[in-house]
Amino acid sequence: MADPMRIRANMTGDKVEVKALMAHEMETGLRKDAKGNLVPPHFIRNVTVTHGGKTVLSAQWGTSVSRNPFLHFRFKGGRPGEKVTITWLDNKGDKRTDEAIIAGG
Amino acid sequence: MDAKRREVLKTGGGVLALAAAAGIIKPGEALAQEWNKAAFDSKSVADTVKALGGGASTPSSAIEIIAPDIAENGAVVPVAVESRLPRTQAIAILIEKNPNTLSAEFAIPAGTDPFVSTRVKMGETSNVYALVIADGKYFHAVKEIKVTIGGCGG
Repeated sequence: MADPMRIRANMTGDKVEVKALMAHEMETGLRKDAKGNLVPPHFIRNVTVTHGGKTVLSAQWGTSVSRNPFLHFRFKGGRPGEKVTITWLDNKGDKRTDEAIIAGG
Repeated sequence: MDAKRREVLKTGGGVLALAAAAGIIKPGEALAQEWNKAAFDSKSVADTVKALGGGASTPSSAIEIIAPDIAENGAVVPVAVESRLPRTQAIAILIEKNPNTLSAEFAIPAGTDPFVSTRVKMGETSNVYALVIADGKYFHAVKEIKVTIGGCGG
């Protein structure tokens, strides 16, 4: 099981500002190990952010998103105390879901 | 030196394709979510736009790419895209000279700002495209980011 994400969700005016840091190696499949063997690709392909049962952002990623991916975006309609949930799914079928409570406002 | 590096990358890709064909690399379990393989396999900006369902895209000054002019470390290049186009539905980040052009695509539902910020890997100095789908039409902006140390391993 992958390490938890670090998620911050803060009110900025009438919008919720979400910043997330995911723990993932994001291996490209092009890199070789010390013995010269190719390291198989291992990367997050789907990211979904939901709030109140509604998707507020969904992403598809390739191998060129940096290791330990960072994501930052804003949406309307959230209030302090409500939850923001982020789920990622990688090419090996590993999955991780974490949530944060909206702060401030 | 640069040419050699490209060779290594190319050979790497070939071996990988063979491994995939031979079934050594198994695709993940049945995925609940859609992943546009054709788009992520694309090797050029034009092919990526096509794989994302567009014919061609129009340059637009209403798209802003917020990124450094020079990235010291190609493994971690901060890139943000902001669109001022009405009814922005999706934002994609394309890196022309990477082995695969498409880095990330974000679907922007109504209520979410047409803005995303992330960090990407760049193998070498390249044009970075922000492709925006707004009201069913395709638009883009370009910015060159110079890379001092490449970030694709190897």
